[in-house]
Amino acid sequence: MTDAAANAAGPSRTIQYGSMSRDRKWALRWSYFFLVLFAIFFLMPPIYMLITSLKTSAEISAATNPWWVFSPTLDNYVALLTQNQFLVFFRNSIVVSVCVVAVSMVISVFAAFALARMRFWGSATLATGVFLTYLIPDTLLFIPLFKMFAFVRDTFGIELMNHWWTMIIVYPTLTVPFCTWIMIGYFASIPKELDEAALIDGATWMQTLFRIFIPVALPGIIAATIFAFTVSWAQFLYPLAFTTSTDQLLLPVGIITTLIKGDVFNWGQIMTGALLGAAPPLIIYAFLMDYYIAGLTAGATKG
Amino acid sequence: MAQVTLRKVVKNYDETPAVRGIDLDIADKEFVVLVGPSGCGKSTTLRMIAGLEEITAGDILIGDQVVNDVPPKDRDIAMVFQNYALYPHMTVYENMSFGLRLKKMPKADIDVRVQSAARILDITELLQRKPKQLSGGQRQRVAMGRAIVRDPKVFLFDEPLSNLDAKLRVQMRTEIKKVHQKVRTTTVYVTHDQVEAMTLADRVVVMNGGNIEQVGAPNDLYHAPATKFVASFIGSPAMNMIPCRLEQAAGALRVRLTDEITFPVPASRTARYQPHLSKSRLLFGLRPEHITEVPRHLEPEQHPFEVTLDVTEPMGQETLVYFTVNGTEICASVNPTAGAQSDARMALAADLSNMHLIDDETGMVL
Amino acid sequence: MANISESVPVATDSSRSGLHRLMQRKSSIAFLMTLPLILLIGVLVAYPAGYAIYLSMLNKSMVRFVGLGNFEFLMGRDSFWAVVYQSCLFAVTAVIFKAVIGFVVAHFVHNIPAKGQRKWRGMLLVPWVIPPAMSTLAWLWLFDPSYSAFNWILALFGMDPVPWTGDTSWARFSVILVNVWIGAPFFMIMYLAALKSVPEQLYEAAAIDGANWWQRIWYVTLPMMRNIIAITALFSLIVTFANFDIVRVLTAGGPLNGTHVFATWAFRVGIESGDIPLGAAVSLFMVPILAVAAVFILRDINKRGNEA
Repeated sequence: MTDAAANAAGPSRTIQYGSMSRDRKWALRWSYFFLVLFAIFFLMPPIYMLITSLKTSAEISAATNPWWVFSPTLDNYVALLTQNQFLVFFRNSIVVSVCVVAVSMVISVFAAFALARMRFWGSATLATGVFLTYLIPDTLLFIPLFKMFAFVRDTFGIELMNHWWTMIIVYPTLTVPFCTWIMIGYFASIPKELDEAALIDGATWMQTLFRIFIPVALPGIIAATIFAFTVSWAQFLYPLAFTTSTDQLLLPVGIITTLIKGDVFNWGQIMTGALLGAAPPLIIYAFLMDYYIAGLTAGATKG
Repeated sequence: MAQVTLRKVVKNYDETPAVRGIDLDIADKEFVVLVGPSGCGKSTTLRMIAGLEEITAGDILIGDQVVNDVPPKDRDIAMVFQNYALYPHMTVYENMSFGLRLKKMPKADIDVRVQSAARILDITELLQRKPKQLSGGQRQRVAMGRAIVRDPKVFLFDEPLSNLDAKLRVQMRTEIKKVHQKVRTTTVYVTHDQVEAMTLADRVVVMNGGNIEQVGAPNDLYHAPATKFVASFIGSPAMNMIPCRLEQAAGALRVRLTDEITFPVPASRTARYQPHLSKSRLLFGLRPEHITEVPRHLEPEQHPFEVTLDVTEPMGQETLVYFTVNGTEICASVNPTAGAQSDARMALAADLSNMHLIDDETGMVL
Repeated sequence: MANISESVPVATDSSRSGLHRLMQRKSSIAFLMTLPLILLIGVLVAYPAGYAIYLSMLNKSMVRFVGLGNFEFLMGRDSFWAVVYQSCLFAVTAVIFKAVIGFVVAHFVHNIPAKGQRKWRGMLLVPWVIPPAMSTLAWLWLFDPSYSAFNWILALFGMDPVPWTGDTSWARFSVILVNVWIGAPFFMIMYLAALKSVPEQLYEAAAIDGANWWQRIWYVTLPMMRNIIAITALFSLIVTFANFDIVRVLTAGGPLNGTHVFATWAFRVGIESGDIPLGAAVSLFMVPILAVAAVFILRDINKRGNEA
């Protein structure tokens, strides 16, 4: 936007410089003006969640200004956080997400190290395969998985349906390909000489991985961990398809299926639940924003 | 005893040969520099000695042991890389001690070794810093320190100074030489910079196209190159090579450059050059410093001739002048006070006692 | 060669087999390290994907093989073609708007002084961070037929209330709006990263050559960002095309099945109505689009791999 300046420049030098800085100032003002508009658009729903969560049911159904809280209350929070059911959703979600993060990171770090550094038969094909897997959406897989669970029950007698821990088995299909992909990128960016130096220093492959690669690629590990956590926390389709009992639900599905009952919408509690459900990723994002963004852009800019 | 021996070592990448069967004996405590243009196989050779590359054929011996299938860590070598390859997450101390810690050496022994290496390299104050906080020269020292603490049989350097600026490079060159004089470890050093090779080496190995062109002490390579490649690669500015004819003239030999310019071949070389009289593609080689302004008293083998200068480049201690003979640009080094001027005629003297005659067909110096 | 092996036969032999052993060991370690990944992809991705094709060729009770019967059945149904139409409309419109808004916002962020950029970038990415099912709930509430906070604002300006999710056209608009809201920040982040990678000298050179603001975007920025623009759009196309959360929570496919996309329709048919083969057949219709996008992405990535 400094740009509009140059061609609008007048013939004389002093005028040119003057108009340049004036144009730049205006360009900046316009930038801020539009940024504020976009920020309002992007932040309005979460803010409205917060506003609604602080209202009583009476105020919600009153014909007052919906964008303002006239008598703020924490009743909705108290109600949800003392409700056993909601706490069970929360616990299920946390256990599943933590386990999925652990499983994903173990699988993807080992695989990425092997694919980035130890050329072996089929390694290039496998790397491409990992990437293709990332492009296969959950919406394509939930129906066959649904049927496969029935098969597992009939054959091995293990009931996978309607158990929250089943998600620990299926979520890694969503997280591992991308985590592996970005870890390949991070590992590949480590200079080859570093593992050669380690080799000469007498490190085995495992020592090279744990004492050199993982510490050096720590930003990548953090980014991949954040990604795995957010994906498994936000996943909606699999628990919706595979769980039904209220004590087996994960947070997003739990909020939607238990708080929305027929036509009776308890919007104060729904918004409170949604906000609490959005809180963990938001908190992680607030503290580790740079890693989060590095992970987002890594998929396309590395590799 | 830690001599390094290469016997008919071959390295092929897929079908492309990188090293074509070289033989080399490196004596204990010797400082050998492999030098050559990029892609000549010098780094590959070094990496094969280190064990980072497989050997396609042949043998490499360290001491008396064939190490072809010995992994790098058991070869008792240390290597300094071009980009230093310092572990970025470790302090200098941890970097230097990493190999020893992997060997489970007692902490106290490690400390003794690291401190003594740090003293040799004058990096004691840097031990607790991370590589990121160090300058290029300091990183270079740490990389050397990491090599020294291992007390290896052989040091391997892979273009260790290429990432430094010109001034630091000269300084670190001296430093490496000093360290070698202190620790006296057999050293193989790879560089593409012939000045580095000349200044550091006990013996220089000039490589080209996967072959060894010549092995010798720096001065021997300079004054008695064996091939056209060595003659042109060693020395800066490079040796002048002018197409010429060898003529018989009253019992002596004569080099004819053009219709006007001929030089008599020194009598001591007549017998040597006589058999090549009939050869058609000969090059007359003479280094710039052996073409000077005409001195007050000509030496026995100095012969004057006159040319028109194209360009003059004052360098301070000398002035380089360029002129064209027979379509070839020639460089000569004259005294700054000799009054050389572009586009002017100037009388020069060629010192034929330092001439070389090169067979352009075989690439050999005759 | 012959006399080499003669002169040191033992050493040469041992080196060959020794190295061979070493290589074998290295590749078996590598294989073991990738084994969990291979198993995971094989059992939980590749097998189900193939299994979906098999399932789609069974009848409803899954006892009889009907070949392409399910696909024929779908092709003959208007409601299916409505889903195809809506899926394409939804994905293409949403991706275009996300790309345009992302590009514009990225420029605004890039324009302001560097030290303020982090703060704005952080704020503008929030929609992407919130789980889509949760943020869609907020939109559902904003669109509520009786208490819509948007309609309240419209009423302030004397406008009629809008049936955000009650009318098919408006509901289609609403699901696209929510999808754009969630996805545009991702585009913004990617484009911002790409903008930062364009060397400042190029703009200075273009300015000296007399290029105006538009010409600089057209001849410098866009060509330099072409790769990222393409790959982000293709990624987003795949994700948007396969979207489930937004439509499911906001309209559940309604009103009158007007907003169903492949994923929600497959869920309705396969899970809720219990016709697993038909549901599998519906979801398989996503594959051609996904495959085309994937081929383009892979080609781009391979191309860059070769350049590197």
